Amino acid sequence: MVAQSITGVETGTDTAARLAARGVTVGYGARTVIEDLDVAIPPGVITTIIGPNGCGKSTLLRTLARLLKPAGGTVVLDGEDIAGLRTRDVAKKLGLLPQAPVAPEGLTVSDLVARGRHPHQSWLRQWSSDDAAVVERALAMTGVSDLAGRAVDTLSGGQRQRVWISMTLAQGTDLLLLDEPTTYLDLAHAIDVLDLVSDLQGSGCTVVMVLHDLNLAVRYSDHLVVMRSGSILAQGHPSDVITAELLHAAFGLRARVIDDPVGDRPLIVPIGRTHVQLD
Amino acid sequence: MNGTDVKPSVAPGLRLGGVSFVWRPWLVLVTLLLAAVTFLVFCLSIGVGDFPIGLPRVLATILGRGEQVDEFVIMDLRMPRALAGVVVGIALGVSGAITQSVARNPLASPDILGITGGAGATAVFLVTASGGTAAAIVDSVGVSAAALVGGLGTGLLVYFLAWRRGIDGFRLILIGISVSAVTEAITTWLLATADIRDVARSQAWLVGSLDNRSWSEVQVALWGTLVLLAVVACVSFQFKPMHLGDDVAAGLGVRHSAVRAALLLCAVLLAGVAVSAAGPVPFVALVAPQAAMRLTRSPTPPIPASGVVGALLLTGSDLLARTALPVGLPVGVVTAAIGGPFLVHLLVRANRR
Repeated sequence: MVAQSITGVETGTDTAARLAARGVTVGYGARTVIEDLDVAIPPGVITTIIGPNGCGKSTLLRTLARLLKPAGGTVVLDGEDIAGLRTRDVAKKLGLLPQAPVAPEGLTVSDLVARGRHPHQSWLRQWSSDDAAVVERALAMTGVSDLAGRAVDTLSGGQRQRVWISMTLAQGTDLLLLDEPTTYLDLAHAIDVLDLVSDLQGSGCTVVMVLHDLNLAVRYSDHLVVMRSGSILAQGHPSDVITAELLHAAFGLRARVIDDPVGDRPLIVPIGRTHVQLD
Repeated sequence: MNGTDVKPSVAPGLRLGGVSFVWRPWLVLVTLLLAAVTFLVFCLSIGVGDFPIGLPRVLATILGRGEQVDEFVIMDLRMPRALAGVVVGIALGVSGAITQSVARNPLASPDILGITGGAGATAVFLVTASGGTAAAIVDSVGVSAAALVGGLGTGLLVYFLAWRRGIDGFRLILIGISVSAVTEAITTWLLATADIRDVARSQAWLVGSLDNRSWSEVQVALWGTLVLLAVVACVSFQFKPMHLGDDVAAGLGVRHSAVRAALLLCAVLLAGVAVSAAGPVPFVALVAPQAAMRLTRSPTPPIPASGVVGALLLTGSDLLARTALPVGLPVGVVTAAIGGPFLVHLLVRANRR
């Protein structure tokens, strides 16, 4: 398992949600984005939050990651209120990749990934042999070992995103929160990154992510959370959740949902105003 | 787990018992080399004067084995000036490295954050104002101490004006530039309306100089800088992930607002100590971190190396001002003459990228 081989620590087989929001209300200043929302993240699978622009999906993810402090309600991590935990202790359990992060010009891949060890380090213990070994494995697991000496800003978008995921892995958590990990990537690189996310889940990680592309979300998620205007419209397995009616209710999108010719999930075919022949 | 078979792709560690650090040979080598050169320039600078003293005798005196005449000239007369150059250079270099890292912008420096402008306006006000409370303040605490208060006040004003649910680099710089413009306008207005003799005295202060330093002034700057450097050293470990942005840092368990506030306060105080010891010496805080980055091949301004480069720049400029140039110029003129072109070089390079 990724988490175990990274940290060497056995993880429990608790089937209860490790991360949950209970009645959270979040906003920016006077504007409320999410109101009284409940959600539980199922363990060991990929959960994806989808919804139209401005529906609060990134806000929800950032609240789960304790980047935003809810005005009401609590976020619970392993049975404890996340607001009452030391941010350093949270960082040992929960890894986060924000949207479109930027590394300083010239920072090498291995140095960036090494920063992922920060929660496990102290002033006197800034680089132990454990740190080096974990970083090596994180680089190998994301397939970027060969790039270790390169500067992050010289890489392609897809490689760069692999490196950032590698940094999050080096943090040694089995709970990963990814905010739009495929932003700015072309379809081939997006598939490449999501296959990697799927590998991580396969080796024991619980993943929560926000995605824009609905078909990619359907293909790669085990659990979908569909949001609209700051609340949850539907959630469950993509095959159960995704219907033409739901897409219309959530996005105002007219679409046909068909069987995926290469997979066992539904496929969304949007209906626009032009180049469409309906029977 | 065995750490010795780590492949060279990941930075090797330096380990002694429970203590471990990343081992970056180039960074350490360059920093030590720069420190050695700075010490050499420091000794040469002490030797220069109406009564020239050779390098071996300077070294012997510093080590406490010199002759009595040398001892008097070096320790009593020349050491305060030379030491002031090193201390002010370190303070400005470190202050600049922190400011540029926090703002994630190479153009940020204490000069831009209002500290220099505020100190200058305060000093000129006190020098040009005739009689009354201004004269009383000058008599009791001196222009430098009053200017320090003015500079710190302006720096803190910029900080609080820039605060909006945290500190954003661009906002900090824009507000710093705006506040600096106001303080410069005040300075210009005071100089335009003042008596010509006061203007001359003000200009001497405004340009930044190491002339006529006393031991007591240097001691205050030295201890202030040492205490602040100790604080910076403690906080800087928490600062490392912040080069990756606030969200990533928060994800890695760093309380970024608190760390940023503590470091910026240190930067403001360091710049204030430097200004009170040598006046507003321009460009050192801006140039030293950028030069240190390029010399050590670091992606971010390295704090110790920036301090050393600052000391070298200031000590070297002072030596240059007193030896190579026909008239004895204040050190601020030379640092500006070197710093200006370097800033242009940075900007032109950035444009072409």
